[in-house]
Amino acid sequence: MTEATATFDTRRLGPAAVVDIKGDVTSGSEDVLMSAYEGVGDARAVILNFSELSYMNSGGIGLLVTLLVRANRHSQKLMAYGLSDHYQQIFELTRLDEAVSIYASEQAALDAAGAK
Amino acid sequence: MSDVEPKAEPISSDSRDANHWAKAVSRLNVSNVPEGAINLNVTGRRLAGPVQGFGKMWQKTYRVSLPSEQVSASKLISTWKQHFPDFWPKGNSFYAPLTGIEPGEVALLNMTLPGRMKLSTGVMVLYTDDESFTLMTPQGHMFAGWITFSATERAGTTVAQAQVLMRASDPIFELGLTLGGHRQEDKFWAQTLTAVATHFGQTVEVDTQVVCVDKRRQWSRWGNIWHSSAIRSTGYMMGAPFRSMGKLFRR
Repeated sequence: MTEATATFDTRRLGPAAVVDIKGDVTSGSEDVLMSAYEGVGDARAVILNFSELSYMNSGGIGLLVTLLVRANRHSQKLMAYGLSDHYQQIFELTRLDEAVSIYASEQAALDAAGAK
Repeated sequence: MSDVEPKAEPISSDSRDANHWAKAVSRLNVSNVPEGAINLNVTGRRLAGPVQGFGKMWQKTYRVSLPSEQVSASKLISTWKQHFPDFWPKGNSFYAPLTGIEPGEVALLNMTLPGRMKLSTGVMVLYTDDESFTLMTPQGHMFAGWITFSATERAGTTVAQAQVLMRASDPIFELGLTLGGHRQEDKFWAQTLTAVATHFGQTVEVDTQVVCVDKRRQWSRWGNIWHSSAIRSTGYMMGAPFRSMGKLFRR
């Protein structure tokens, strides 16, 4: 549970930053996720791309809550897209969907973030 | 004991972890209440995570290290699941589901708070795998959040860990946690981990790390007090003599 088995690559698209998540997100991903978050700078919105997520346990969900706190502290919106039906249900179950807006595509998330 | 009202659509089975997570639920339901348990603050409640809580957000981690040759991570977790109620400190009861610690199962809790106040609440098993399991709280619990129990093997040791990610549910619980509740909770989990270590024949120190993840209180959530298990449990206790008298008159 402690080894990082995911990568988080950041892309800046206007006022938004997209974080591409690949692999397994667990509590062991904390350092790499937070390091990726440092890379989003002053983006108004942080968009998490889950299209290539292969696995996430409860430790991974906990990390997203911590990320949410950081984003709120910097007045940044936290958004997500690319979630499978399974992970959308996990977001609903944990009620994370009440704080992280979920979109069907990157374009939809960018539009909501005000990026052209 | 069962437990939840599954939504019509099952979680798709194409994910590796599909069987590890509880199914989506709108509200909790407890069909069989064990003797001694009180289902006062669980049935009909929604789950509440750190996002829904009121107080400051805390991440509390409690760990003990055991020799790997004594117990592997998976053995430790299977034992912890199996004997979960036995490891709890005296004066508190965990009424485990009949099917054990399985995703979606709901357990009722009777807790003793400072001042001998009794509190009835519960938890739902959110996630389980071979090396971890997570419990999530319902509305009205002392805190809104989840508790993850895990074990990892590194450098000849098996580290057993309980990690709580939480916000106090409402202003009263926030005050209570500030006035000694946090200390009480630290003691609770330290005793639990000590009991786990003792089960495997070890006497070890519990390492405790407490991090305030968010110093801000979510004042928009003050209305959570409506569901407070403390208020409802106190009302229930105070009503006990009247319920007894009512039974006498009905005879």
